[in-house]
Amino acid sequence: MAVLLLTQKRDDMNGPGDTLDSLKLGITKRYGNKTVLDNLELDIRKGEFVTFLGPSGCGKSTALSIVAGLIAATEGEIRLNGARVDHLPPEKRAFGMVFQNYALFPHMTVFDNVSFGLTLKPLSKEEIKKRTDAMLMLVQLTGYEERYPGQLSGGQQQRVAIARALVLHPRLMLFDEPLSNLDAKLRVEMRAEIKQIHAALGLTSIYVTHDQAEALSLSDRIVVLRNGVLMQSGTPQEIHDRPKNVFVADFMGFRNFFKVRIASVSNGIAEGVGDGICIRARAGADVRVNTDMVMAIRPDDIRAGGEVVSGAEDVSGRVEVVEYLGREQEAAIRINDNTRVWLRTAEAIRTADTIGLQFPIDKVVLLPAE
Amino acid sequence: MRAVANDEKSEFDALAFFCLLPSLLYVLCMFVYPFLYGVYLSLQPQKVGGFSLANYLTFFSDPYQYGTIWITFSLAIPTTIVVLLLALWLAYGMRRGIFMERTVTTILIMPISLGVILLSEGILGFYGSQGWFNQVLLGLGLIKEPFILTHNYAGVMLALFMQQFPFCFLMLLGYISGIDPSLERSARMLGATPSIVFRRVMLPLIAPGLAIAFALVFVMSFAVFPSAIMLGQPAGTTRTISIAAYQKAFEQYDMSAASAIAVIMGLCQLAALLVIILFRRRLSPAATMGVGKR
Repeated sequence: MAVLLLTQKRDDMNGPGDTLDSLKLGITKRYGNKTVLDNLELDIRKGEFVTFLGPSGCGKSTALSIVAGLIAATEGEIRLNGARVDHLPPEKRAFGMVFQNYALFPHMTVFDNVSFGLTLKPLSKEEIKKRTDAMLMLVQLTGYEERYPGQLSGGQQQRVAIARALVLHPRLMLFDEPLSNLDAKLRVEMRAEIKQIHAALGLTSIYVTHDQAEALSLSDRIVVLRNGVLMQSGTPQEIHDRPKNVFVADFMGFRNFFKVRIASVSNGIAEGVGDGICIRARAGADVRVNTDMVMAIRPDDIRAGGEVVSGAEDVSGRVEVVEYLGREQEAAIRINDNTRVWLRTAEAIRTADTIGLQFPIDKVVLLPAE
Repeated sequence: MRAVANDEKSEFDALAFFCLLPSLLYVLCMFVYPFLYGVYLSLQPQKVGGFSLANYLTFFSDPYQYGTIWITFSLAIPTTIVVLLLALWLAYGMRRGIFMERTVTTILIMPISLGVILLSEGILGFYGSQGWFNQVLLGLGLIKEPFILTHNYAGVMLALFMQQFPFCFLMLLGYISGIDPSLERSARMLGATPSIVFRRVMLPLIAPGLAIAFALVFVMSFAVFPSAIMLGQPAGTTRTISIAAYQKAFEQYDMSAASAIAVIMGLCQLAALLVIILFRRRLSPAATMGVGKR
């Protein structure tokens, strides 16, 4: 119900067009001679949920701040519906932003925080109250109007921060690691809520996180960054199943990497030899014999064989470490002097066991050597 | 949380008391005892003998004496306001750091290290009618007669400003740069222009710091003594209440009357502080309810 109320009025916008049809980025940021964003190019369409994913210091928050207008790009431009907006101050862009530390005004009540943006527009008191109340209902904070931020839990504060931005019908929502200060359980709940709100209000969102699970569950598109350089951009499925390089693979949970030399390519299958083992993977047309590459596989994609068998893609080894993870366990298996393999399995394994391993050919990805 | 804190307080902690002892002794010996002794002295007039309010009555029946209260306020209040506004303006502008910040800050706080006397001598030399300031303006033909900036009200104001500004600036700079920068950013994202950000977000959060700065600058300005003598007209327009007390004590050797004037001076300062506290409560009643301590 509250959702319907909110989507009706979009009459108080300013700037080039009320809504966002497309957002085109091409930005570079340098501090002195240190490049923190190297010509990040991106097209965002209406209704998309795009995530910037990467470790701290990869430039993802910088990129978000530049889109917001809080810092200026060194070079490049931002085009909203075809018109440049990078010269506009943040208050003229009509974007909403949710900050990692919530950034609620500590001297204002929940109601005053949420209605802050509305009070800056030519709206009647009744209208402001109506919209604020509807927004508080949407984020389930009705009854908390007179509380101060210091009297709320982290999750509630985050809801206020989201409500405060949404009540202005932003044409673009920017999320700067909004869940990283919440505990694990709340994080998963809020994640679902953000996804639901995004879909219900038809928002266009850019979300910054270092958490791959968050990125996978929320996004229509993930942009993986490293040291200011775009490493890969694609749907969560693409990023998850077909990482293009070792960095993305490592970030997406691949734990086993083998430096190999391609020994043969036939029928779309490449055989790599290195690190004392021989692995096969599906290969594209561009893979050549005798090139150095990296083969990677996730711990949960390796099959543990009951008996030790010898064969091309089968290896065996001694279990060195077992980590108990509840439903499963993850084990490090020493297969030769310089290679350890991580395996995740639901079956019982004990340290010092010898077990056979199989690398299913469809689960091994072939990556360029670093 | 609060309940826990109360429980801890209700138990006598010998170690805590032991650690507290030096500062407690210091406050008792250096502040409480002299203060009470002063009050006691002021109630025992030298001429009359016994306890009486004669010193206070004499003070308030002589316009030459009670006029010093007005003179002192008229120096301390404008100085405090000017110092506060300028320091706020500068500190707010420098809250995110500026080019050559260390150098600029060092120059701004330099007067603290020089001491009042040297500073006053400097002002006398520089701003006096034969000083560089007037000589340059005269030489350039910008003025016909020198500005009279010493041995009057303006001279004392100038000296007070130079003494108080660095303290106030440093205090406010620390206070303002301690405010979470993302508050400002989030206000901008919500459509606020920089001036609205200042008025509705930053100023209410700075208010407690401003109140403390006002209190300190005012109390120090109210006690003005050396600069009122060196740069003012200690017999006339800048005869502040501390000069009145000094004259009683060391020119007329009437310690009792001097103590009474000192007590009156203290009460004036206290009254001003109360006004500030009440004003600040009205200004931003919830500023203390912030997230964490700011």
